[in-house]
Amino acid sequence: MTIIKKTAAELAALIASGEASAVEVAQAHLDRIAAVEGSVKAFVHVEPETTLAQARAVDDRRAAGETLGPLAGVPIAHKDVFTTSDMPTTCSSKILEGWRPPYDATVTRRLREAGLVILGKTNMDEFAMGSSTENSAYGPSHNPWDLGKIPGGSSGGSSAAVAAYEAPLATGTDTGGSIRQPAAVTGLVGMKPTYGGSSRYGLIAFASSLDTPGPLARTVLDAALLHEAFSGHDPMDSTSIDQQVPPVVEAARRADVAGLRVGVVKEFGGEGYQPGVLARFHEAVEVLESLGAKVVEVSCPHFTYALPAYYLIAPSECSSNLARFDGMRYGLRVGDDGTRSAEEVMALTRAEGFGDEVKRRIMLGTYALSSGYYDAYYGKAQQVRTLITRDFDAAFEQVDVLVSPTTPTTAFPIGERADDPMAMYLADLCTIPSNLAGNAAISVPCGLADEDSLPVGLQIMAPVLADERVYRVGAAVERALQDRWGGPLLAKAPQL
Amino acid sequence: MSTETLVPYDEALARYEPVLGIETHIELGTTTKMFCGCATEFGAEPNTQVCPVCLGMPGSLPVTNRAAIEGIIKIGLALNCTIVEWCRFARKNYFYPDMPKNFQISQYDEPLCIDGYLDVEVEGETYRVEIERVHMEEDTGKSLHVGGATGRIHGADFSLVDYNRAGIPLVEIVTKPIVATGDKAPLVARAYATELRELVRALGVSDVRMEQGSMRCDVNVSLMPKGASEWGTRSETKNVNSLRSVERAVRFEIERQAGVLDAGGRVIQETRHFQENTGSTTSGRSKEEAQDYRYFPEPDLVPMAPSREWVEQLRAGQPELPAARRARVTEEWGLAEKELRDIVNAGALDLIEDTIREGADPAAARKWWMNELSRRATEQGADLAELPVTPADVARVSGLVAEGTINDKLARQVFDGVLAGEGSPDEVVEKRGLKVVSDEGQLGTVIDEVIAANPDVADKIRGGKVAAAGALVGAVMKATRGQADAGRARELIIQKLTS
Repeated sequence: MTIIKKTAAELAALIASGEASAVEVAQAHLDRIAAVEGSVKAFVHVEPETTLAQARAVDDRRAAGETLGPLAGVPIAHKDVFTTSDMPTTCSSKILEGWRPPYDATVTRRLREAGLVILGKTNMDEFAMGSSTENSAYGPSHNPWDLGKIPGGSSGGSSAAVAAYEAPLATGTDTGGSIRQPAAVTGLVGMKPTYGGSSRYGLIAFASSLDTPGPLARTVLDAALLHEAFSGHDPMDSTSIDQQVPPVVEAARRADVAGLRVGVVKEFGGEGYQPGVLARFHEAVEVLESLGAKVVEVSCPHFTYALPAYYLIAPSECSSNLARFDGMRYGLRVGDDGTRSAEEVMALTRAEGFGDEVKRRIMLGTYALSSGYYDAYYGKAQQVRTLITRDFDAAFEQVDVLVSPTTPTTAFPIGERADDPMAMYLADLCTIPSNLAGNAAISVPCGLADEDSLPVGLQIMAPVLADERVYRVGAAVERALQDRWGGPLLAKAPQL
Repeated sequence: MSTETLVPYDEALARYEPVLGIETHIELGTTTKMFCGCATEFGAEPNTQVCPVCLGMPGSLPVTNRAAIEGIIKIGLALNCTIVEWCRFARKNYFYPDMPKNFQISQYDEPLCIDGYLDVEVEGETYRVEIERVHMEEDTGKSLHVGGATGRIHGADFSLVDYNRAGIPLVEIVTKPIVATGDKAPLVARAYATELRELVRALGVSDVRMEQGSMRCDVNVSLMPKGASEWGTRSETKNVNSLRSVERAVRFEIERQAGVLDAGGRVIQETRHFQENTGSTTSGRSKEEAQDYRYFPEPDLVPMAPSREWVEQLRAGQPELPAARRARVTEEWGLAEKELRDIVNAGALDLIEDTIREGADPAAARKWWMNELSRRATEQGADLAELPVTPADVARVSGLVAEGTINDKLARQVFDGVLAGEGSPDEVVEKRGLKVVSDEGQLGTVIDEVIAANPDVADKIRGGKVAAAGALVGAVMKATRGQADAGRARELIIQKLTS
């Protein structure tokens, strides 16, 4: 049990010093997966032989005297949205069942080269559409804090795996909050880097202008280490920013907020927010103040329109991005019995291969882009997006970071919102603005809500390319709160 | 299969005024595709020039090929367009198996080049064809429908798709409505396509081979009653794969639509397919329920913002364009308009210019290519440029004639040898022994024989009818199988008979 409780930074140090081999560390996690996966269901694909072969290769490289990256030998779980050349990639959809991509995503490739060992592919809402993993074709993942609750989504398999100690690190993608919300409801650190700071190549697109790869971890430093390992300019992604990765690891180690100006977003709070969430959030703000930050309230009036704008932009892009899944070249093919036309086979394949939420969004997006409706829907939503970006710009003139609760509520019961898309969409209310504006935002644990003893997340937002700032503030909050709690929040989670 | 009544062309034009629009797709000759590094070679084994990007595999992303953008800007500049400072790609969404992503990366309301023109000449008249836009997009794969009668997807037993073509950079050039061309409409359409092809070829950005599909025209035609102010409904004819077909398609559509309108009918807005064998068009997909492509800005690509410096640099590097070149050679070679047109139509302009550059006299270069070699090309059913003879060869032959080593008749034999692969002109002259005979001794013997054999003619000459010498010269030429120096022979004959 000792190995799996260690942070990625600690594991990396153990492996680097020779106290543990990559194979031992991988095996310990594979054992943990074997023990708890039956109840957590974090993974859609685990392939122990492949994992151990990768771990052996890292040990061999080290034995051969190669200089390896700071996380070499540390295991990682990849959200099933990233292509992996040696494991299937399905986006938790039936339409891609069993598909083995011929190539690695840039994120996968960079981490592989850095010596991270892949434990498997984690469950998600189908094509990253959802906030609970209930939209997975392979069934929901379970929140290790309460197995009857959702682990968040869409990167819910990743959050469940890390919170259940099945993996020390996981990748996720954040389109409207899909890293931060799962991190918040499972007591983890989850980061959405600046859009363009991490490559989307090999990330199976949901909404191209919003999708952002990012890390999930149990500590701010671990998240920063992973962030640094896969980020940076990628010539294969035209929207990737050709600049130095912000000094996130250094910032996570620095962990001070003295003199920093912190803005509390006025629009995020009040009605619809769980009292226990607001209580923990306000405590966290007080902690920041006590650490020397200058706290002010800031109004971002257009944030209220972020959710509706998002539910036009994201479905519009998804309706186009998901058009390629037609059964012609890869994945599921239905109805090809020699009597049907290509068009019929495409329609049957898509009807059977996609789940309800995916179909709902494809239809929404198809409608929103239709001639005659484009200006009223997609066009208008893009205007709102501009206004939200301006709200951020104006806010960051006054303050260095903005803070809010990550989610309005703690983890909800599996099944509770499954038939109520609007209620489900509200889970991303506070996270969506940063996707629309493309700026950096992190969620760090800030305690348990009194009502249900479930984790609450503090969201910290910084300007585009100021990713290091949220790590600095997040690490400071983490340190102060852990002092108060007498250890990591996750230690309070029930034993599995 | 059609029950259309065609109205004879002249009658149709007496009552209706055609309005044209031409959309031309040109595949750029870049070494790699538009958004990935795959090769673009024509005719490769199916599906061997593909990768995750051009196959639209999940997770793959496009990256714009700078060489393609350079190509389209060159075309835009040559068409007198404005190159915009900022524009975006857009997705055109529709489902078809030969389109890997089920959307095509194209441009919609923000094309890269706008508002240009191309002047074309028809029967001495200049028509200005205005260019609405020139935009960049990617080509689709190629479907092969096996079985069935039509070669189209409906009725086929199965279909195969070759994605080698998917992602090849494609430039679309759209004209504004071409009006007031009257009965010249088919010729203007053809002249436009011809001029555009020459222009793009001169720029060196595409091989513009219509038969291979690297240049494809869609021809829009509508008719309005003479004197009317509102345009009629247009048809869009696809698959127009030769310059001649462009002309025929317009002509046919004028005759067909006039038939529909004369019968009190309504022209349907539809896609039609040109049938090469009959010269007619047949109905394709109806556009009445307009397909909605749901265009929106391509989020996987950043906007294009070609710097003004780059555009000016490309402008400065533009080669001489066909119209300017034609004006220049007309002047330099002293051509009549028809002569120039024949040269252009024969594809001989480059060849003649190169021949002159190799040292030949313009008149001689033109003469050899347009007469002797054109005739041989026609005999062989080949293009002039395909003949195994180079401008340098032609220049050398013309040089040999000029210096008197051979004459025109021998020159033809030299070409025989060169075309038969016997070597360079000098080698052929040497091997076949084709030098002109001007040696007095050698010629004298032959002349004596000819005089002896033609006493009547000889007497005439002796009697002062020097012009009759021509007959004897002919006989000398015949006797020497063309190798005699005709001028020298004439001199010697007259000398022998009058002195």
